[in-house]
Amino acid sequence: MSSSSTSIMDNLFQRSLEDLIKGFRLQLLGESNFISRAVEEIRREIKATDLSTKSTALHKLSYLAALHGVDMSWAAFHAVEVVSSSRFQHKRIGYQAITQSFNDQTSVMLLITNQVRKDLNSANEYEVSLALECLSRIGTHDLARDLTPEVFTLLGSSKSFVKKKAIGVVLRVFEKYHDAVKVCFKRLVENLETSDPQILSAVVGVFCELATKDPQSCLPLAPEFYKVLVDSRNNWVLIKVLKIFAKLALIEPRLGKKVAEPICEHMRRTVAKSLVFECVRTVVSSLSDNEAAVKLAVAKIREFLVEDDPNLKYLGLNALSIVAPKHLWAVLENKEVVVKAMSDEDPNVKLEALHLLMAMVNEDNVSEISRILMNYALKSDPLFCNEIIFSVLSACSRNAYEIIVDFDWYLSLLGEMARIPHCQRGEDIEHQLIDIGMRVRDARPQLVRVSWALLIDPALLGNLFLHPILSAAAWVSGEYVEFSKNPYETVEALLQPRTDLLPPSIKAIYIHSAFKVLVFCLGSYFSSQEPTSSSLAQESSSGSLLVNVFTHESILSLVNVIELGLGPLSGYHDVEVQERAKNVLGYISVIKQEIAEQLNLQDNETEASRVTAFMEDVFSEEFGPISATAQEKVCVPDGLELKENLGDLEEICGEHLKPVESDSVSYTDKISFSVSKLRIRDQQEATSSSSPPHEASSLLAEHRKRHGMYYLTSQKEDQDSNGTSSDYPLANELANEISQDSFNPKRKPNQSKPRPVVVKLDDGDESRITPQAKTNIQTANDDESLSRAIQSALLVKNKGKEKDRYEGNPNSGQQEKEESSRIENHQNSEKKKKKKKKKKGEGSSKHKSRRQNEVASASEQVIIPDFLL
Amino acid sequence: MIHFVLLVSRQGKVRLTKWYSPYAQKERSKVIRELSGVILNRGPKLCNFVEWRGYKVVYKRYASLYFCMCIDQEDNELEVLEIIHHYVEILDRYFGSVCELDLIFNFHKAYYILDELLIAGELQESSKKTVARIISAQDQLVEVAKEEASSISNIIAQATNR
Repeated sequence: MSSSSTSIMDNLFQRSLEDLIKGFRLQLLGESNFISRAVEEIRREIKATDLSTKSTALHKLSYLAALHGVDMSWAAFHAVEVVSSSRFQHKRIGYQAITQSFNDQTSVMLLITNQVRKDLNSANEYEVSLALECLSRIGTHDLARDLTPEVFTLLGSSKSFVKKKAIGVVLRVFEKYHDAVKVCFKRLVENLETSDPQILSAVVGVFCELATKDPQSCLPLAPEFYKVLVDSRNNWVLIKVLKIFAKLALIEPRLGKKVAEPICEHMRRTVAKSLVFECVRTVVSSLSDNEAAVKLAVAKIREFLVEDDPNLKYLGLNALSIVAPKHLWAVLENKEVVVKAMSDEDPNVKLEALHLLMAMVNEDNVSEISRILMNYALKSDPLFCNEIIFSVLSACSRNAYEIIVDFDWYLSLLGEMARIPHCQRGEDIEHQLIDIGMRVRDARPQLVRVSWALLIDPALLGNLFLHPILSAAAWVSGEYVEFSKNPYETVEALLQPRTDLLPPSIKAIYIHSAFKVLVFCLGSYFSSQEPTSSSLAQESSSGSLLVNVFTHESILSLVNVIELGLGPLSGYHDVEVQERAKNVLGYISVIKQEIAEQLNLQDNETEASRVTAFMEDVFSEEFGPISATAQEKVCVPDGLELKENLGDLEEICGEHLKPVESDSVSYTDKISFSVSKLRIRDQQEATSSSSPPHEASSLLAEHRKRHGMYYLTSQKEDQDSNGTSSDYPLANELANEISQDSFNPKRKPNQSKPRPVVVKLDDGDESRITPQAKTNIQTANDDESLSRAIQSALLVKNKGKEKDRYEGNPNSGQQEKEESSRIENHQNSEKKKKKKKKKKGEGSSKHKSRRQNEVASASEQVIIPDFLL
Repeated sequence: MIHFVLLVSRQGKVRLTKWYSPYAQKERSKVIRELSGVILNRGPKLCNFVEWRGYKVVYKRYASLYFCMCIDQEDNELEVLEIIHHYVEILDRYFGSVCELDLIFNFHKAYYILDELLIAGELQESSKKTVARIISAQDQLVEVAKEEASSISNIIAQATNR
């Protein structure tokens, strides 16, 4: 009595959900404080033994969890208690809480099995409904296993309301407990023949999900789906069936041919945009070999594209994107609409249009389309601007720049991209500038020009996103300095004061490139100082030009500029920058005195010229693209034993190490010693190979000869129309090219020149710019297991049908008669004896069919019934 | 399939969330915050479809509320728009010219109605009349129970007095 009285009191004074909501809207405590106090109150109330009080508390907690993210996992047990109430109101609140908050890890999950079973068997269909909703959301392996019999029973319920929910639950049950397929699949399939549109809608929805996961298993049901496709007038149902056939047609092309006609009929007949769109998508994604269907679909796409409705426009572009790979004509046919969509205010529409434009790109129109896109990039918001830039970079670099014929144009384009204010793809442009330099020898002169234009502009140094591009430009200017027309200005650009805005790592590259330029200029200068009496007339002319290019005054001025620019960096805080600056300054200290004093100009053996020749050798190595699998191709030489202990090195290198340890040897002497030794060795090798001495090219050839095993050899002959070999040019050839270029400084570019040689590796040559493909990671084991379960169930289905026939099931018999009549096209009544005989014949045929199915299943092949083929 | 349903006001207040795919509590909050940001910033004349995390989100604004449904890439966007419209019409019929306040104070009923519309992320009832009938029947079940409880309460009160 006392306990009961207390309970009534609690219930009467408890704040309701409505009170909570009102309080929430009027609260002055601040949202989080209000929530905390409300949860505390709920924690007290929910402990009440009275289910009315408990359920109200649980209801309030569900509200806070659903709309304000409050954790309610601590109330799991209370939810179990509430759901066991006999009152529908309480039960509904309990199930909502469970559905909302339980998951596979909820510890009290086991406690609800019996309650759910009890409710699934309830005479009250709404209680059954609550339990099914709950099972469809939180069903675990154990729950699915234990409740499969109930689901099986409900799949045959006479109440449409219950049956359609049971059908919806099947998806979850199959997913969690594969053996359920054996029990329920046959009954599920039977529902495909219902005349109730709601039941049909539910079951087709389930098969749509199953077909998406495993189309192979649903293939034998194609006749049933075909019947729905042809007979149904319910758009919800048709959309799902179309989606099923989109999956099945991909694995069985003959099926695609069969369903094309009814799908086209739906496209022509219906006014429902959603159904038209689904037909279109099915055709362009799965029936793309059917020309008539595709043409009709493209005509419908056109109708979508010209609509004012932004949804239809977006979906039209989306469908064009799907059809583009196999039917590019469809995109070209709507080119104006696509280009116009680039100006749409909807980012989604613009993005689809961009993808379509990129689909149209080929080597004939890449220049035009890129021009259009750059204009859009300049006037777009930063996000879309970078999408455009990325798309162009991706399309042009695909498969080693396959669609690019005019690399001079493309390099200019990269330079323009770099200057677009919103450009943030600096690293991609950086990579391509260097990559093209390594792959396309003929493009290097233009590459140097573009790089020079970028470096010379001090305004670009302040843009953080441009730093990677400037890094590439600097590297290019140093590496391919022989193509430079303005080495002096290049050095000035590389050492200008505003380079302080660069991060140290890029600044170091700037310094190193200046070093390369300096060495190149000095090398050319010293070469020009050599006697001309022994040269041919042509060489004499060449020498004369070089003298004009690199005079003593210009060289001295260049050295002074570098010395002045790098001097302050000797004390730079970053050791990499500091070291490189000191390296260059050290080199200058070796050569400067001789140059300044103009001593022994006619002496080929001056120290400065020897040091410079040495440095030229250091920088002479040719770069090329590196295969991702290059490292694995290097074989360990015969006889080479790799030991952990490096102590043996001392024995081998002892002679060389001694001079380094000697304090008495000056820096200059060390350099002299090393150079002298190298020179002697080179001379010996040159003599033995009968090559002319003092030739950088011969040194390079020797190096390649000795280390040939480390160089990659192309596995296929790559020649252009001129039959030019793809081998890299020797340094001597490069010198000749320089000479020729010097002879004709104002020569116009040949606009009809053939595509230059592009080095491409056979394997391991992947573009870094390619975006990672989206991959759906699925549990292969689970899917495979479910697949086997479904296939097994199909055999059971056939067996079951036959059993029903022999049992003389009146309903089944009636259906069989109707089917038989339709198939055989008999319209006359039959005598009883003939019916009996015919029935027996059908049984025999069915028996054979079942046997064939078993054989097919064993060989993992599914036979499509003749009805569809 | 539909992975979740989200109702957000124009000010970003959450009015309803329903999850058909598994999402941990923290993930749910993150999803709501992220999607609210994306959708509330889109203008009224843009299309009603947004690509998001490899899925698509179909949304539609009615008065001050945005109805959002997250679907797979290959699902039919126009179909989902029709489902949203279907849901709104049912709410409108049930509440009589439904407005945001109705959903605020009857959030549980919005859930009950949604549960009759979708199960396991699939449409289960396309007839507005059927849904209305089912909801009314369940409401009556609750009302009858309340009357009985009230009677029992009176009897107990009398007994206590005596």
